[in-house]
Order: sequence, then C-alpha cells, then structure tokens
Amino acid sequence: MSDFDQELDASGLNCPLPILRAKKALGSMSSGQVLRIVATDPGSVKDFEAFAAQTGNELLDSSEEGGKFVFRIKKA
Amino acid sequence: MSEKKLAIIATKGTLDWAYPPFILASTAAALGYETQIFFTFYGLQLLKKRLSLKVSPLGNPGMPMPMGMDTWFPVLGTALPGMESVMTMMMKKKMADKGVASLEDLRELCLEAEVKFVACQMTVDLFDMDASAFIQDVEYGGAATFFEFAGESDICLYI
Repeated sequence: MSDFDQELDASGLNCPLPILRAKKALGSMSSGQVLRIVATDPGSVKDFEAFAAQTGNELLDSSEEGGKFVFRIKKA
Repeated sequence: MSEKKLAIIATKGTLDWAYPPFILASTAAALGYETQIFFTFYGLQLLKKRLSLKVSPLGNPGMPMPMGMDTWFPVLGTALPGMESVMTMMMKKKMADKGVASLEDLRELCLEAEVKFVACQMTVDLFDMDASAFIQDVEYGGAATFFEFAGESDICLYI
C-alpha cells in the first residue's frame, strides 16, 4: 500500500516550477490526500517548508534519496 | 486565511530582468497572494505577444561570461556587433539546460493563477506602441490605477 495518493515528478525543474506544479497538483486533490513530490532542485527543500507554512498544507516529511529530494504534503 | 496582496512594478525589458517579476508573481499567487504587476517603460516589452528580449554584457561587469571572458575580455569588446545575440543565445540555452522555465511559460503560469497585468497607458502613448502587439490579458491604466491596488498591498516591489 502506498503512503500517498498522487505523485509529482519535478525532476530537472528549477525554481519556481516545482512549487507551481505542486500547487496545481494539490488543486485537483481533496482535503486530507497526500501528494508525493520528487525534485532535483536543492532550493526546493527550503521552498517546500515555506510553501507549507504559508498555505496551511502540511509537509509530512522531506528527505533525500540518491541525489533527489522527496516531499510528502498533505492537503489542508 | 485572509488574502495578502503583492504589487510589483516591472520597469526593465531585458531577458534577465524579465524573470524576477514573473517568478515572484507566479510564486506569490501559488502561496495565495492576490498579485498585480504594473508594467511601465521598458517593462512593457514583457507584454508583447512575441517576446524577443535580449541580454547584453555591455555595461554589466557582474555578468558571468563563458571561458572566463568576464575577467579578460576587453570591456570595449562587449560592444562588438553580434555580441548581444550571442550572449542572448547562450543565456537561453543555459536556462533551458538548467530547467529554468521560459518567460512565455512563466507569464502563462501567472495568468493561469489570475495575476493581474496592468500596462502603463502613458508609456504606450509615449513610445507609440501598438496595443495589438500585446497579449490580450492586459488592462491599461496610470499611476492612480497602480496606487488603488498598491495602497492596500502587503508587499510592494519595484523591479
């Protein structure tokens, strides 16, 4: 069983595209669902923390797997 | 959450300086800000249907150039014919390689996120600019129009 409802691959994209794509993806999801995001932009680590803090969507976890940054965000 | 407001004045018409207004506006919109950009003087180039913005090394000692040229290449050399086109081409390629969005894409993302674009009517008249060359999603107004929104903004940037 997967621990997310939808996945977004933002690999190779640079600021601010990972955030914009995530926002769009969350827009089509319902409250409580979890979006998993994979990104390669190192700046996205701080950016997703800031995005979560400002939008009220919860950043469940943020990790690094083999040079990629993985985030799980729960829609508010 | 009460909606915050961001007002931006975009005054520059070069490829590099076209990025900050669109990056900040699209991101702010994603964060829930109501956002407006007022385009004036050279910033109006950012509203053209066909963007043909350039970047110039001329008079810009801070611009990194390939092969360490920014350290040894004579300043006068940056004024050579064709230099601007070459640098513009290289900058666009570098941006594409690094996954930086194109200006057209960022502008479109702003519009999708309902960022409001206002063009300075005075500049349009001053330079005899043809409004039909601009994208459709533009309103026209003056300084007072800008203040109507900016006066209530939480953040106001002049770029």
